[in-house]
Amino acid sequence: MSMRFVKADINIDFIGKRKFAFVLSLVLVLISLGSLVLHGGPRRGIDFEGGMVVQIKFERPVAIGDIKTAFASVGIDSTTVQGFGEAAHNEYLVRTDATEDTSGGWTSAITSALNEATGASVEIRRVEMVGPQVGKDLRTKALLAMFYALLFITIYISGRFELKWALSIVMAVALAGTVYVLKLFPWVSMPILIAAALVLSVVLFWFLELKYAMGAIVALIHDVMITVGLFSIFDKEFTLPIIAALLTIIGYSLNDTIIVFDRIRENIRKHQKNTLEFIVNRSINETLSRTLLTSMTTLMVLICLFVLGGGIIHDFAFALIVGILVGTYSSIFVASPILLAWQSKK
Amino acid sequence: MKSLSWRLILVIAVITAAIVYLLPTLNPAIWPHKQINLGLDLQGGMHLVLEVDTEKAVDSNLERIYQDVRQLVRRERIRGVRMQPTGGRQIDIVVKGADQIAAFKKLLSDELDSMLKKIRIDGNALFELSLYLESDEVDHIKRLAVDQALETIRNRIDQFGVAEPDIRLQGDNRILIQLPGIKDTERAKSLIGKTALLEFKLVDDAGDLNAAVGGSVPPGRQVLYREEVDRQTKASRKIPYLLKKRAVLTGASLTDARVQIDSQYNEPYVSIEFDKKGARIFERVTEENVGKSLAIVLDDRVASAPVIQEKISGGQARITGQFDMEEARDLAIVLRAGALPAPVEILEERTVGPSLGADSIRYGLISMLIGGICVVVFMLIYYRGAGLIANCALLLNIFLIAAGLSALQATLTLPGIAGIILTIGMAVDANVIIFERIREELSLGRTPYSAVDAGFSRATLTILDANVTTLIAAVVLMQFGTGPVRGFAVTLSLGVVASMFTALILARMIFNYLLKNRKVRTLSI
Repeated sequence: MSMRFVKADINIDFIGKRKFAFVLSLVLVLISLGSLVLHGGPRRGIDFEGGMVVQIKFERPVAIGDIKTAFASVGIDSTTVQGFGEAAHNEYLVRTDATEDTSGGWTSAITSALNEATGASVEIRRVEMVGPQVGKDLRTKALLAMFYALLFITIYISGRFELKWALSIVMAVALAGTVYVLKLFPWVSMPILIAAALVLSVVLFWFLELKYAMGAIVALIHDVMITVGLFSIFDKEFTLPIIAALLTIIGYSLNDTIIVFDRIRENIRKHQKNTLEFIVNRSINETLSRTLLTSMTTLMVLICLFVLGGGIIHDFAFALIVGILVGTYSSIFVASPILLAWQSKK
Repeated sequence: MKSLSWRLILVIAVITAAIVYLLPTLNPAIWPHKQINLGLDLQGGMHLVLEVDTEKAVDSNLERIYQDVRQLVRRERIRGVRMQPTGGRQIDIVVKGADQIAAFKKLLSDELDSMLKKIRIDGNALFELSLYLESDEVDHIKRLAVDQALETIRNRIDQFGVAEPDIRLQGDNRILIQLPGIKDTERAKSLIGKTALLEFKLVDDAGDLNAAVGGSVPPGRQVLYREEVDRQTKASRKIPYLLKKRAVLTGASLTDARVQIDSQYNEPYVSIEFDKKGARIFERVTEENVGKSLAIVLDDRVASAPVIQEKISGGQARITGQFDMEEARDLAIVLRAGALPAPVEILEERTVGPSLGADSIRYGLISMLIGGICVVVFMLIYYRGAGLIANCALLLNIFLIAAGLSALQATLTLPGIAGIILTIGMAVDANVIIFERIREELSLGRTPYSAVDAGFSRATLTILDANVTTLIAAVVLMQFGTGPVRGFAVTLSLGVVASMFTALILARMIFNYLLKNRKVRTLSI
């Protein structure tokens, strides 16, 4: 007998619990939104805000106040200093909003200032300086990446799942047109644009009854919202790699959703007499084993990366872990039940 | 048997290609292809984005025109000409007197025909006009400045000696510089960022220096300073000089610059050599100004201002100052490579020390190894025999990603390693989908062979569908991402493609072989 976590004939009533799941998801999304509002939006790292990060390593533990003093002595007054990576390594990360001109002997100046203030020998391991203009450019780039990923995925889902490629192209044109018109207004910023595109997609999906596309996109918004919200709650910074992680979460969340949807389509052909509720529930159960197994192996490697991968990759791994957990949940409890939403309408 | 053979050929072909691409990384002597590139975050190095101040280039161009016109007017002995460069990128000129106006107009049509003119008053006694640059011309100057800056920086870095630097234009007026493995980042930065505009200017010994320092600088003159550091006390003081603004010679006339050691003081200096035209000018200027001082000005700082003892022919001069050996060598490099046409500003810098890079590689590999072992052990326990097949596929998968990186000449970054680790977790997904299908089919009472067949054929489309979305995200990231993030997108895409190949082609081949050729009756799944 082969090993199974999930019994072959398992039949959990996921659909029956969908109201509870909806409430849970709604609460999570609201908490995320609330945290974002309280913090005044996501905390942007130097990639997007401009500023400077210096990673330094000492031969022995030093007082954070001394590090601040050293930076102040070279003219950088407002710094936040925190321990970085494992405590035994005596590494610290210094952040500042100032974009110092790092040419002309800056490195040796700060090295000797740190030596003097702490009395310990120091190694400057990493210096990242992003000017405000570059920060603004990177912000636009990151948002554009999010926007295009969403656009292409929207087209793909509505085309592939409903086999309505013509409709999906019409949708894409509508989306692109709206975005183009909105862009003519100077006060419309990129985040507003993305939000508008998403709202438009959801509205179009609803009225065109593109059920699968609707399920997929709602699950995807749900996953990204909660991940971003958790980042905000833990007061973690958004950097370029985190944007990469968010896009990967989008891909992964859809991946999970698509596997369940594929099974639903297959079962609709097989069990034509049964209700959609029965079919959806049965499909979720049939794919449950796969859904959990893949999430498990992916989480295994991500936890290894989170624990062993070092400080630089820490937040990236964290974002992916959260995304995979939420994505697995949403493919079962959010994406599939949405297919039933049109029934109550009729 | 037929379906086995094409899969076998394909698998062998892919593995062979992968080995060919990977050989140089394992041992460069065996096969002459490039090794896998490591990103700056892994091997250490410096990433810089500079902005060329193109506005300054336009300004100095206009200043040059202004000086030229002034000289022309003086040569033609036209009096009563008042001219002034104004903020609006133009030179306002007022000429008085009928004779002077006629002479000036002749000058305009003979020598300044290419300039755009806006004539405001064209009377008998008064002639007022502005010279300005056409917007096409301004664009051209800006483009030229950026190109020239790029070329100059490339020259400097070549002479500095960095292995495989990457220097390229980014957008309109930005220059991206990547210097892998560089240790002395500070020296590199000063070498790159120095404008290195070398000018020879005559000192105005007759002018009132004190008044000029006080603020009333005579027209056509300027005050620049020389910094002198006392050898004993290390205290520095600034010595002002009143100079004629017009440079008699610039670094553009140099053909060579070398470091030499002064035998008397045992101090390094830079000896420079002028081209023919420069040598002639230098000879004439020194001849005409014996007894006066000639200042050697580098980036608006006076390096030295020796008194001209006699006419200097032969086109050689020396720049002395108080520099150490390294400074002298860097000065020679920037002088040989030429001046930047406009100042540059560092907009973005990312520097990773070599030890941090090595740490990142170590942590990355450890996570990859432990994560991989977890997955392999899990698959073996959960799927047993079939798990072994999945593990073979997984190993081949990592091998193919590495080969893909090498073949595409892509750069492996820290997020890239994270991408490979993520792929290890996600790659078994395709196998899991297939195996779960086969288990389902088996539980419906099918024979092993038909269960495998049905499992694969039903799972294929699902696997393709599911992976397309990850690929979409990865491709978008590749387009918009920078450096490290792009590395992640590359390994993720390679991983997705490789995992589809290994699951759908390789795993199926092994199943078919076992079931058909070895006549395996029961599936270990």
